[in-house]
Amino acid sequence: MTSIRSIDRFEYRAPGSLDETLDILKTSGTDAKVLAGGTDLILQMKQGLIRPSLVVDVKKVPELNRLEWDEVGGLHVGAVVPLNKLATFPAILERYNILAQACSVIGSAQVRNRGTMAGNICNAAPSADSAPALLCLGAGAVVASSNGARSIDLNDFFVAPGETAIGDGELMVEIEVPTPPPHSAGCYIRHTTREEMDIAVVGVASFLTLSPQDKTLKEARIALGAVAPTPVRAHGAEAFLTGKSVTPDIIEEVAEKAAAEANPISDLRGSAEYRRELVRVLVRRTLRESCSELGLIE
Amino acid sequence: MAKYSVVGKRVPRIDALNKVTGTAVYSGDVILPDMLYGKVLRNPHTHAIIQRLDVTKAQALEGVKAVITASDVPGYQSRSPLLLAEMPHLAQEKVTYAGQPVAVVAATSIEIAEKAVDLIEVEYEELPPILDVLESMKPETPPIYPDLYTNFIASPPSDEDSTPSNIAYHMVINRGDLEAGFKEADLILENTFRTQPVHHGYLEPFAAVASVDMGGKVIVWTQSQGVFTARQMIAAFLDLPASRVNLVPVEIGGAFGGKSFLALAPLCALLALKTGRPVRMEMSRDEVIKAARPAPGSVTTIKMGVTKEGYITAASISLIYDAGGFPEMSHTMFARGNTLSHYKIPNLKIEAFDVLTNKVPVTYYRAPGTPQNHFAVESQMDLIARVLDMDPLQLRIQNIAVEGDTAPSGEILPKVGYKETLERMAEYLKEKGSLQGDDQGRGVACGFWHGATVTFGAYVHINIDGSVTLVVGVTDVSGSRTSIAQIVAEEFGIPMESVSVVVGDTDTAPWASPSVGSQTIYSLSQAVYRACQDAKEQLRHLAAARFEVEASGFEFANGRLIFQGDAEKSIAIGSLARYSISFRGAGPVVGRGSIGGLPPAPSVAVHAADVEIDKETGKVKVLSYAVAQDVGLAVNPLSVEGQIQGAVTQGIGWALMEGYQFDQGKVQNDTLLDYRMPTATDVPMIDALLVEVGSDSGIYGIRHVGEPPIVGALAAIANAIQSATGVRIKELPMTPEAILNGLKEQNKS
Ligand SMILES: Cc1cc2nc3c(=O)[nH]c(=O)nc-3n(C[C@H](O)[C@H](O)[C@H](O)COP(=O)(O)OP(=O)(O)OC[C@H]3O[C@@H](n4cnc5c(N)ncnc54)[C@H](O)[C@@H]3O)c2cc1C
Repeated sequence: MTSIRSIDRFEYRAPGSLDETLDILKTSGTDAKVLAGGTDLILQMKQGLIRPSLVVDVKKVPELNRLEWDEVGGLHVGAVVPLNKLATFPAILERYNILAQACSVIGSAQVRNRGTMAGNICNAAPSADSAPALLCLGAGAVVASSNGARSIDLNDFFVAPGETAIGDGELMVEIEVPTPPPHSAGCYIRHTTREEMDIAVVGVASFLTLSPQDKTLKEARIALGAVAPTPVRAHGAEAFLTGKSVTPDIIEEVAEKAAAEANPISDLRGSAEYRRELVRVLVRRTLRESCSELGLIE
Repeated sequence: MAKYSVVGKRVPRIDALNKVTGTAVYSGDVILPDMLYGKVLRNPHTHAIIQRLDVTKAQALEGVKAVITASDVPGYQSRSPLLLAEMPHLAQEKVTYAGQPVAVVAATSIEIAEKAVDLIEVEYEELPPILDVLESMKPETPPIYPDLYTNFIASPPSDEDSTPSNIAYHMVINRGDLEAGFKEADLILENTFRTQPVHHGYLEPFAAVASVDMGGKVIVWTQSQGVFTARQMIAAFLDLPASRVNLVPVEIGGAFGGKSFLALAPLCALLALKTGRPVRMEMSRDEVIKAARPAPGSVTTIKMGVTKEGYITAASISLIYDAGGFPEMSHTMFARGNTLSHYKIPNLKIEAFDVLTNKVPVTYYRAPGTPQNHFAVESQMDLIARVLDMDPLQLRIQNIAVEGDTAPSGEILPKVGYKETLERMAEYLKEKGSLQGDDQGRGVACGFWHGATVTFGAYVHINIDGSVTLVVGVTDVSGSRTSIAQIVAEEFGIPMESVSVVVGDTDTAPWASPSVGSQTIYSLSQAVYRACQDAKEQLRHLAAARFEVEASGFEFANGRLIFQGDAEKSIAIGSLARYSISFRGAGPVVGRGSIGGLPPAPSVAVHAADVEIDKETGKVKVLSYAVAQDVGLAVNPLSVEGQIQGAVTQGIGWALMEGYQFDQGKVQNDTLLDYRMPTATDVPMIDALLVEVGSDSGIYGIRHVGEPPIVGALAAIANAIQSATGVRIKELPMTPEAILNGLKEQNKS
């Protein structure tokens, strides 16, 4: 049950550079909060779940507004680039289809005009729609503090619901996504009751890389949303699939394995049993979709 | 409708520009100098006795101007709060649902009011909650109120009323010989259907502003569907004469029956009286979902017998509505006129109950209680059609009631267009052709609504520039101002722009019943028509005196009176109005109209839903949707189509995704994320097929329009789902998970 009330007084800062931001974060206590689009943060403040004394609005920080791609360096998504901009960025549309799919289902056009991918993963909801796609793509998060910058592999990023590997005084600067290898394809599908403005009951991303010589899978990645305390990879299913040449039976078996690996709970949006079933269905669908893109099946 | 020049035209709403530009004034927009802010303390327990309630710390907080509890309510001194219907019940000895108000604070800021609420100390002793209606009805279940006896509607009281009971209302109708009727049947089916409480989904949360003037008059701005009934209710709550309360109408951001209930205004008015300062209150969205009142959940058991040719020989139905924690809003009352009324059924029994539980109390929602009963009746008709292998529309056509038939309530049916409406849908579907896809299905269903009939007054002022001002006392929840303006324009032969419609406050406007029961245009139009005729008659006499001819010879056209087509004997209504108010004039032209309860003009809406099911996830996509409805005469077809489309959208939500989720009686899905209503992406274009079989009683043949189109939607979708999957779902909402479970069951057997 929620209870909306007025937000307590807080200090608001909107620094104009990365250095200034890191300075503020260095001296502020743990109840400072970074504000990007605010589509998660403000709601949590209204519900009294968090009561920050300082809100640092980072939208004006130039270093966080970067959106670039090149073959070698891959994709760099600054922490405050709105989701709608990602879903129309040519390099993403051409090379990161799976990411475009994930970003374009979040909330609604209005939410995507404000919300960011960094905010989506920093908020660390198990259902965060961009997370499975980013996990599949081998993304990393660049975080910085006044002591310097470091990169966190996304596989090590999610700790618990609402908890990440970002430390006190640290800021996420950007998300790095390597350029997908040749002969690869991926797909993100989520299930919601309502078409838009809904949270995934289950979300599944699959990403496959083919050995063109023998038509076997050089690498397979499968990531699941909303079926564990954090977005997770289905390592067992991936291992089973890697090195195989795909048949409908194999897809079925992988879907089964992924469903068994999932660790869902029952809540308002669906029972654990239903969620497990959805993992099976969506893994199957994402694999079929990716395989058909690779020309492996009709 | 070439007969009329303005009535029947598609005109944009006269309030549209103000609304889309944000200049329209809603309750929450009213800001007064020195205003205080009110906040309600709500009880967290499902069922409990209040052991101790201490407000001293809250009262001592700086900025707090008043704290009220039940003992401060003047209206509670002389009568039981149970009699103060459609208002919040400040808890006395006990709380009967989670979210019930316990105390209310007024302070100089909302932040202080919230802090003060936190400082109120309450100790509760929890009682075992009663959550299930069937459990609650059992004689051995302890009554939630020791002094509540069953009210009998349209049936003589029996011995039952001598002991306190959780059954607040009970009604039985018997007709013919039920047993003999079932004996005649070749097929008898019996099924039980369940629904959960649902929310109306109005955009605007409850808000109220109240102030008290030096004369002691309480002035209230709030979004009530009926300002006059609201005045009476608030006066009763404050124990003041009605003349000491003035309700000022404001724009309403959606109501659908949910805003006859005054969620805040009585509390706000009492705080204003206590403090002598204006007070503003507003509900957050979670408060609206938890503590404003939803529509009731229901358990309906229906047994129906038919011959193998598909004629109904007998039916019995038991409707149990979950009233929640307070008994005053009876749905049984509506079951009387709206259950099994649209078919010819020679032998029947209708039994209905409103049963208390420790859940949020309920209120009326678009055709109160009737979508729930039609979910059962119209699903049942579909099941019968399947067994008989009959076309479901044909089954309905051959059983449909016609003019002269006696309804279960004993009423003789007036002129109705039920059959024409069914035939219109049959024709439409024939043209559309059948569905092709494997996972697709079509469902049809009827929705009947009897309609309420009530009383209204209207004043018409003729202005010196030839424009006309209409003053009424009914708030506009459905575009009523626009349609009424069309009628005035029609009657005087003037353009719409020359008509202004004023919704007056309760001190200045003529009496108006609330805008409920699909009767606003149906009944109000009569009062307005009569006011127009009254003013026209006065104008005719003024013109007759001027030209020294017979008054009856004047016709109205283009804002002028003309005597038997003679251009020489013609005068503008504005000129007459100007002369009438001059020094030697006859006095202003004021038309008055008033209407008592009209006979009802019931109608049927026939729904056809095409759906596609994802059989692996259970997700339903509504592919297309059509409703044929006998609207009598569509004064403004745009508005009528909007009513149909809006109602169906609500019905689709109710069928597929909406429903309160409780944990031990506490509402869990109290956000618009988890209380899921359809968005534009979940609803197809809804085709509205307007059938116009004019009523005998409504002016121009108008009928009730707003409620009928929600009634059939639940069963139409359920029937479509069965067509697509073979799975029959008897419980709402029909979520993807429920449908998938149904498919799995089917695979097992
Ligand atoms: C109506 C609605 C619908 C939604 N639908 C979806 C949906 O379909 N799918 C989905 O996944 N989510 C959904 N969301 C949630 C939300 O919109 C997304 O998670 C969004 O991506 C959050 O981004 P933001 O920029 O608004 O984050 P913010 O609210 O600004 O921040 C979120 C969290 O991340 C932290 N943070 C932000 N930036 C940084 C940074 N640079 N460094 C460190 N910490 C940071 C903040 O302090 C905060 O704790 C919805 C929200 C709403 C209101």
